[in-house]
Amino acid sequence: MGKKQQELVIISGKGGTGKTSIVASFAALAGKCVLADCDVDAADLHLVLDPQVIWSESFSGGKRASVVTERCTACGTCAEVCRFDAVTFDGPPNSRIDKTFRIDPVACEGCGVCSWFCEYDAIDFSPSVNGEWFVSETRHGPMVHARLGIAEENSGKLVSLVRQEAVNLAEEREIGLVVIDGSPGIGCPVIASITGADMVLVVTEPTVSGLHDLLRVADLTRHFATPAMVCINKWDLNPLVASEIEEQACKQGLRIAGKVRYDRAVTRAQINRLSVVEYQDNGCSSDIRSVWESVSSLMHPA
Amino acid sequence: MRKIAIASGKGGTGKTTVATNLAAVASRNSIRVAYLDCDVEEPNGALFLKPRIDEKRPVNVSVPGVHEGMCTGCGLCRDICQYGAVAVVNRNVLVFPELCHGCAGCWMVCPTGALVESQRTIGQIEIGRAAKVDFVQGILNIGEAMSPPVIRQVKTTAVDADLQVIDSPPGTSCPVIESIRDADYVVLVTEPTPFGLNDLVLAVETVRTLALPFGVVINRSDTGDGQTLDFCREQGIDILAEIPDDRRVAEAYSRGELACDTVQDYSSIFASLVKRLLEG
Repeated sequence: MGKKQQELVIISGKGGTGKTSIVASFAALAGKCVLADCDVDAADLHLVLDPQVIWSESFSGGKRASVVTERCTACGTCAEVCRFDAVTFDGPPNSRIDKTFRIDPVACEGCGVCSWFCEYDAIDFSPSVNGEWFVSETRHGPMVHARLGIAEENSGKLVSLVRQEAVNLAEEREIGLVVIDGSPGIGCPVIASITGADMVLVVTEPTVSGLHDLLRVADLTRHFATPAMVCINKWDLNPLVASEIEEQACKQGLRIAGKVRYDRAVTRAQINRLSVVEYQDNGCSSDIRSVWESVSSLMHPA
Repeated sequence: MRKIAIASGKGGTGKTTVATNLAAVASRNSIRVAYLDCDVEEPNGALFLKPRIDEKRPVNVSVPGVHEGMCTGCGLCRDICQYGAVAVVNRNVLVFPELCHGCAGCWMVCPTGALVESQRTIGQIEIGRAAKVDFVQGILNIGEAMSPPVIRQVKTTAVDADLQVIDSPPGTSCPVIESIRDADYVVLVTEPTPFGLNDLVLAVETVRTLALPFGVVINRSDTGDGQTLDFCREQGIDILAEIPDDRRVAEAYSRGELACDTVQDYSSIFASLVKRLLEG
């Protein structure tokens, strides 16, 4: 019954709270795990883990419409039916008319309604390549990661794919734990990374923004019934706000996994392409180790 | 009116700090400023500008509504939907509104009127004033996946001003594109670390794809390494400001205070940034 692999997702609500640095440290501390970088539109984990790509594949999350200029009669139906203001009357001339319709690939949501209603078969609607995903080896275990094309859609679908491939890989290699680096916010990529996961660790910081965004993320994990814990990073930057966060988290039924002190070694470790626990033993590294112990004691990998 | 979007690939580099201080400093120099918080998943501008909210409006999106008993089971709605938001079982149509992008395809192809356009609320717009700054923010409801419609509405709510400051979400995908696509200029805020640089490179590609003029603000410029500066020089990218790391500023931020109110030097950094952005 159920899957054997446990999925731990690290998210933050607010960006820049130290999510990826914590994930890299967890990778070093876990001994054996599969890593998944689900922050697909600004992935950074590879900078520390130096993955050697062993497999890559392009990702198509949907289709995209484009006008076949030669067939366009400039009837304007496409522009009338488009709900995304993606169709404009400024395309190149063809053999019959001096101006045709054109579809802005950035504004196009890939719904295909224009293509469906075009009477002249003048709109091509075919799968678009939105990005690329990779399976790699790192010094801390295999890693699945991806790169969403610039200005592309479907980040949620790519996140789901990366997660699924990481779980498959874990199964194949009999590794019990998948550690997932999520993205900031509460929207589609975040929802795709936490639904059905075994545990979410929210990394926050002791600022009014950190607290505000933590509470929204806590609502989100509750909405999707995913168990969640909180790590207060750089807690000593404002101990007052840090204790406020602890209080609020308790009220929300979130367990505090631990507090990590502010330490400039985190940036130095990053510059040296290491996780901070590999870079130094003391300072914030001991805090991160105790956060890892409290998180991993609640996970039960097969 | 000049529309300036404040963006960054990486989160937490200081986008909101730059956007709120820019808006506050400009408004104190007799410039009519509108601040638009387009980071609708996690809007933080209000924590610093502390606006008085005068009006709230729902953000509605179009979704299919079902007229029971009219479905003939033809399946056209299911066939046109690219998002898996419509299913047909026997002579019943089922709608999954959270997957719907509001393209209108299903109700346009429905021959019997079993599907009709209806509305669903996915968020809220708040309009107010913070000292001399006109303030608009969007808030996406928890559990909703798609923020672009909320962002679109923030931007269409915008009042007239000399300077519009658009606080964008982090990243490089659809919410960012929606926030910055019609800006006159984009300010990319970064920090001089390997993560900051990696995400800056992506953000630069994004604004170049959209053919938008842009410049870079390097925040906490005296931490990290020199590679970000080297990258900007090699690429011929304008450095608009280098803001040094300052514990007092970090503490003011943690309490929800504007840096320009706390530290004198910051007030002048932002005054010259405003000048530069309005000249450009």
